[in-house]
Amino acid sequence: MKKDIILAGVGGQGILSIATVIGSAALEQGLHLKQAEVHGMSQRGGDVQSNLRLSSAPIFSDLIPKGGADLIVSLEPMEALRYLPYLSENGWIITNTSPFVNIPNYPEMEKVMAELDKLPNVVALDVDQIAKDLGSPRSANMVLLGAMAAALYILEPEKLREGIRRIFGRKGDTVVESNIKAFDAGLEFSQKNR
Amino acid sequence: MADKNLLLGDEALALGALHAGLSGVYAYPGTPSTEITEYIQLHPLTKERNVHSHWTTNEKTAMEGALGMSYAGKRALVCFKHVGLNVCADPFMGSAMTGANGGLVIASCDDPSMHSSQNEQDSRFYGAFAMMPVFEPSNQQETYEMAREAFDYSERRGIPVLMRMTTRLSHSRAVVESGDSIREQNQLHYPANPRQWVTLPVNARVRNRQLIKDYALFEEDAAASRFNWLKDGKDHSMGIIACGLAYNYLMENYPDGCPYPVLKISQYPFPRKLALELASMTKTILVLEEGQPLVEERLRGVFPTGITIRGRIDNAVNRDGELTPDAVRAALGLPELKAHPASEVVAPRPPALCQGCGHRDFFTALNNVLKDYEGARVFGDIGCYTLGWMPPFHSLHTCVEMGASVTMANGSAYSGTWPAVAVIGDSTFTHSGMTGLLDAVNENADIVVCISDNLTTGMTGGQDSAGTGRLEAICAGLGVDPAHIRTIVPLPKNYPEMEQVIKEEVEYHGVSVIISRRECIQTLKRHAKK
Repeated sequence: MKKDIILAGVGGQGILSIATVIGSAALEQGLHLKQAEVHGMSQRGGDVQSNLRLSSAPIFSDLIPKGGADLIVSLEPMEALRYLPYLSENGWIITNTSPFVNIPNYPEMEKVMAELDKLPNVVALDVDQIAKDLGSPRSANMVLLGAMAAALYILEPEKLREGIRRIFGRKGDTVVESNIKAFDAGLEFSQKNR
Repeated sequence: MADKNLLLGDEALALGALHAGLSGVYAYPGTPSTEITEYIQLHPLTKERNVHSHWTTNEKTAMEGALGMSYAGKRALVCFKHVGLNVCADPFMGSAMTGANGGLVIASCDDPSMHSSQNEQDSRFYGAFAMMPVFEPSNQQETYEMAREAFDYSERRGIPVLMRMTTRLSHSRAVVESGDSIREQNQLHYPANPRQWVTLPVNARVRNRQLIKDYALFEEDAAASRFNWLKDGKDHSMGIIACGLAYNYLMENYPDGCPYPVLKISQYPFPRKLALELASMTKTILVLEEGQPLVEERLRGVFPTGITIRGRIDNAVNRDGELTPDAVRAALGLPELKAHPASEVVAPRPPALCQGCGHRDFFTALNNVLKDYEGARVFGDIGCYTLGWMPPFHSLHTCVEMGASVTMANGSAYSGTWPAVAVIGDSTFTHSGMTGLLDAVNENADIVVCISDNLTTGMTGGQDSAGTGRLEAICAGLGVDPAHIRTIVPLPKNYPEMEQVIKEEVEYHGVSVIISRRECIQTLKRHAKK
C-alpha cells in the first residue's frame, strides 16, 4: 500500500508541522517514507509545497510524478489548485477555504471555489474558523491534518494523535490537548462531508 | 544499537560525518547546504567532543580552516552551496595539491532548477578539474554511509573527497539507519610528506605528477566501489547510466524492476571500464544525471563507433533544470500518466520580503531619494534584499554574486555612473564586500555603500552574521571617513530622516557608507519566544 501526498500552502503557514507529525507516525509504524521540502528563498511569502510519500514498500523517487498524487492537502484554496496536474484521476483534495491574499492579482474567490467544485473528490473546510472556534487559532494546520486523516488509510487516526503527542509533547499538555482537539474537529468534519 | 531516524539528506551527511569521528565542520550558510552544519551544531556529540561548528565568514575561510585541521591530522568537513565552491576555488584546487592528512570531505550542494540560486553549475566538474574523487549519493541512507566512508577513503588515498549533493536529496527526508559504532576522533598528527604542503613550484611539480597517477587509481577504486554497479536486464535494446539521484527517478518508473541493463554511478572519477561493459551489451545508451551533462560529454569518444548516446545534449532529457520522474519517464519512451489539466485560475505567488521587514523601509526611502536622480544605478547583492528588484520596489539594477555590489558600483562610477549606489546585507558584506570597500577607499570612489544590516544571515534562516556589532568599526578601519559612516533605523516613522541622510551621502563625492540597521523580524520573533 502507498500514499503520495502533496502538501501545499504559503511560506510560513505551517505545512511542515503537518509533515513532521505524519513523519513521526510513519516512522513509528515502520512505514517507508520520503518527504521533499523546499527551503530558502521560496519560503518568503511565496508558494511552498512538500512531496510526502508513504509506502509499505521501499520508495525510490523523492518527487511524485504528474498524475501520481493520491491527495493534495492545502492550507490555502488557490494553492490546492496549483498542483492539479499532479493529482491522480481519482485523487482527493483536502483544502482550507480561507484564502491567504498577499498578491495583488489573487483571483476572485468565487472562481477558485467554482474550480474546486468541478472536481469529483474534494473536502473543503475553513480550518482557520474551526481552529478559532475551538479557541486555538494556531492549530489550524492540525484541523487540516485531521481532515486528511479520514482519507489517509495507510495511517490510523490514533497513530497520528500519538504523533501529535510526541511532536508537541515538550510544549506542554495544554498545547498537546488543543492540537488533538483541532485534529479531532477536522477528522469529524471530513467523515461527515465526503 | 543501530538507530533509525527520519533525516534530511543534509542531516544524514552530518550524522555520517559525526560518526566518522569528525573534529570540525567549517561552513558558510547557503541553500540547500545549511542544515548540515545546523544539525552538527545541535548534536550532543558536538559538545561532548568539542567539535568545531562555528559559522565562518565565507567559504574560502571555511575551506582553509578545514585544510588546517586536516594538516593537523584530524577529520574535517566543509559545507556550502554550489556557488560557494567558486568562492573557495583557490584553496579547493590547492587542497588537491597538498592532499589530505586527516580525512577531509567537502560537501557542495547543487541547486538544479535554481530554487534558491543564481545558476545551476554542477560541482562534479570541479572534482574532475582538481583531479579529486567525487561521491554522489543517490538517497539518504547512502548519504550517511558514503559520508562515513568518504573520511576513510580520504585518509587511505591522501586526498580530499568532494561530496556532491543536490536540492532534492539535501532537502528530502527518509528513514536512515545509522551504524552501530561511533569512531573515535583522530589524535593530532602531522603529514608524513611535509614537502607536499608547501606548494612552491619545485614541490608542486612533483606532487602534480603523483596526483595524475593517483587519479587513475581513483578511477580503479570507483570501478570497484560498492556504490557503483552494473546490473543486467532482459531487454538489450537500450542501456542506462543513472548517476546519483537520477537512479531513483529511473526506478520510480519501473516498480517491478528495470528491463534494461543499468549502470548506477555514485563515485567518480567516472569508471570507464564499467561503461565499456555496458556498451558491450547494447547499441544505445541513455545517460540520466542531475545537473549538467558531465558523464554524457565524457562518454562521447570513449566507445567504439555505432553506439548512440542519448541524454541532455540531444534533449532526450531536459537540457536545463532538475530531473523529475516525469522527464525520465518521457526519456524512457513510456506514456504519460493520466493527470488533471492545470487550473487557469491560479496566479503566481512569487517570494516577497516579509511584512514589517527593515529592507522594505530601506528600499522605500532609497527610492524616494533616487527618483530625483535620473542617472542613478543601484548595484544589488545576494540575500533577502535581492527581492528589492521585484515589485513594488524595482530598486535594483544588478545582482551577480556575493560582494559584487560594492565593486561593480566602483567600476561603474569610474565609467561615469552617478549616483552609483551599492546595496549589500551585513553577512554578505563581511563575506565578500570588505575587500571591495578597501578598493573603493584607495581610489576615493564616488559611491554610496548601503549595508542593510538585519543582524543575521536572513535568507538561509537566521544564522550568526560574522560582523554583527562591528560594522562601523570595520568600515572605519578600512579607511572610510567616519563622518561619512552614517547609521539609520529603517522604520516608516523615520523616512524623513533616512531620506535626508541618503541624500547627503549621494551628494558627497567620495566613499560613503550608510548602515541601515534593524533586526530581522524572523529572528526577532524567535528571540521573543525564548
